[in-house]
Amino acid sequence: MITVTLPTHLRDLAKVTGAVELQVADPVTQESILDALEDAYPMLRGTIRDIVTKQRRPFIRFFANGEDLSHQPPSAAVPKEVAVGGQPFRIIGAMAGG
Amino acid sequence: MSEVRVLVGTSKGAFILRSDEKRKDWTVDGPHFPGWEVYHMTGTPSDPNRLYVSQSGGWFGQVIQRSDDAGKTWEAVSNEFVYDGETGTHQWYDGSQHPWEFTRVWHLEPSPTDPDSIYAGVEDAALFHSADGGKSWQELPGLRKVKGDLWQPGAGGMCLHTIVLSPDNPNRMVVAISAAGAFRTDDGGQTWMPINESLKSDYELPDAEAEVGHCVHSINMHPSNPDILFMQKHWDVMRSDNAGDSWYEVSGNLPSDFGFPIVVHAHEPNTIYVVPIESDSHHFPPEGKLRVYRSRTGGNEWEALTHGLPQSDCYVNVLRNAMCVDSLDSCGIYFGTTGGQVYVSADSGDNWMPIVHDLPRVLSVEVQVVP
Repeated sequence: MITVTLPTHLRDLAKVTGAVELQVADPVTQESILDALEDAYPMLRGTIRDIVTKQRRPFIRFFANGEDLSHQPPSAAVPKEVAVGGQPFRIIGAMAGG
Repeated sequence: MSEVRVLVGTSKGAFILRSDEKRKDWTVDGPHFPGWEVYHMTGTPSDPNRLYVSQSGGWFGQVIQRSDDAGKTWEAVSNEFVYDGETGTHQWYDGSQHPWEFTRVWHLEPSPTDPDSIYAGVEDAALFHSADGGKSWQELPGLRKVKGDLWQPGAGGMCLHTIVLSPDNPNRMVVAISAAGAFRTDDGGQTWMPINESLKSDYELPDAEAEVGHCVHSINMHPSNPDILFMQKHWDVMRSDNAGDSWYEVSGNLPSDFGFPIVVHAHEPNTIYVVPIESDSHHFPPEGKLRVYRSRTGGNEWEALTHGLPQSDCYVNVLRNAMCVDSLDSCGIYFGTTGGQVYVSADSGDNWMPIVHDLPRVLSVEVQVVP
């Protein structure tokens, strides 16, 4: 199982209170995690990545295992620690503002 | 006794203010969707417990929420607003052409008869319709074919913010776009025409009487007189007696004819209300006095309504979707400010009181009277 953490606004939108657990087939990539997340929580479609282009929204970041994965290709495999469920895939609302 | 529900969208969530017909004692329910911008929350005339909300934000984009129990519970419905066919381009700030890009929904306008039928006005300007209660949206692309390449964003974005449905002709509707102007369809949205003849934008446009490009801030009408339209333009309060085919100015003795909302009394088709703002560069009331102006003559002759409103050191604004009227016998007038106050007058504007003082910046105000 993959563990995904969401920022507060998206937890509220998805009506969850903590991290979510997802079954994701190998190979585990950003894209496959987000596909599984949106299948389980369709209200999140369009809030993390564009509905049509699937591009990450500008103020969303993906962190995992101490790394910023935001600029990696969506099809790139996530770190093994995330793929085996040891570390969460963290979806972050980026710092923005003064 | 009827319940009065005031639906308030703010920059940090939605609030539902409730009272009875007296409109003196109020409860505050909210924030719903805390932290999100709620550009519009509205009720459905044919099913008052059906509410729709446009919820958005810079981080997470657009969400549409629907409630079927008057706001007790909410369901996120479709947020898939995809322009029909070739996306096309419009004029950008530097004069170049720029692709249409969806940003948010500014205004939701439900059908008066079918709770599942609802229109959405969006930025970048376009009109969408849902026939299934928001589960899917389809653009009415004919609108953007009306010289869309010449439309350009104003300071607030290129938004379709006003949708006026004709009460007696389901094929007719009027929309307004900043900064493109007003447009009308007479065939249910298939084809559109600009209705900007005799609007003058001396300072904003190189051709003051251009066919498109005017910064229309809001349009309203009385259901008994659907051919009479009232417009608050960037500058100028305007009136049309022929459904927008032509306009004439009715600013009369207003202290400023700049402003955002314009509304019509529920039972007096010639009684209209505006909130004058000093200028486009000073978005606050003249002399620091928050005054609603009422005309009982369909324009030109205006009286200041001040009782209960701050008459010194007041520098708030009232945005285009933040004023409305109720349908009670003694017509209620409501407006919200950028300072977070929501005011009510239960006697057609003669006397005012704040319902709440300290909400976030108010973006929209709608009212329902529920039997």
